Amino acid sequence: MIFGIPITGQTITYFLLALIIMISGVMLMSLQKVMHMAVALGGVFLGVAGIFILLGADFLGMAQILIYAGAITILMVFALMLTQRGDDTESPPANGWRVGGALVFVVLLCAAFLYVLRGTAWPVTQSAVDPYTQPSVVLLAQSIFHTYTVPFELVSVLLTVALVGAVVIARKEEE
Amino acid sequence: MALQPFLALGVVLFGLGLFGALTKRNIIIVLISIELMLNAANINLVAFAHFSQPAQIQGQVYALFSMAIAAAEVAVGLAILLAFFRHRNSADMKDVDLMKW
Repeated sequence: MIFGIPITGQTITYFLLALIIMISGVMLMSLQKVMHMAVALGGVFLGVAGIFILLGADFLGMAQILIYAGAITILMVFALMLTQRGDDTESPPANGWRVGGALVFVVLLCAAFLYVLRGTAWPVTQSAVDPYTQPSVVLLAQSIFHTYTVPFELVSVLLTVALVGAVVIARKEEE
Repeated sequence: MALQPFLALGVVLFGLGLFGALTKRNIIIVLISIELMLNAANINLVAFAHFSQPAQIQGQVYALFSMAIAAAEVAVGLAILLAFFRHRNSADMKDVDLMKW
């Protein structure tokens, strides 16, 4: 027991993953070169994938690695390469007041959230490492294909529309 | 392991994303910051799914849907960015001022 927190494999994993996420996130906000920022982004996404797997959401963790750490990070790097001419350093913010104001606002907001979080008596408690009765993939599949079939189909329609829309917006206009 | 540490992690990640979205100049970095905020929301959903009594799978389903929406948002956002870059030859937030009064 350290600070009232029991030392188990789950706790240690949680703290390691939280450390990875926070270090990568702070690096993402403080690095100068945008390409280095994209690499730090990969670190954040991998850490979040670890948190998902720790919470018993194996499928979601793997989807996070495939979609976010794989596809979205590469897409961002691709866009960064397309929109850069020579200099790859992020230009400094317009004025210091704005950054200072944003920092104060964000810190106060987070402090308020954490205060509420600490003061609330959460009715949900769960001590089991894996509380699900079946593998999460089975439960997820039953849920998606039985209960949430219509939203699932709507999401596929939305993805198709977004794909077509992206191609239409991004292509060169013909004279 | 309790619910609160995971929610706290979500709060911190959301704060980092919000700070980036408010201060960064490069449009791509702002898009990345929005992704961080969406990920913080996903952590919350999955944490509530895991810690509710009995454990509910619905939170994971919702997180999966939110991931699909985020992927669509990134695709459209980057397409708009490329179109903007072709017109104005810049990827800077301060050049996005056509509809600013």
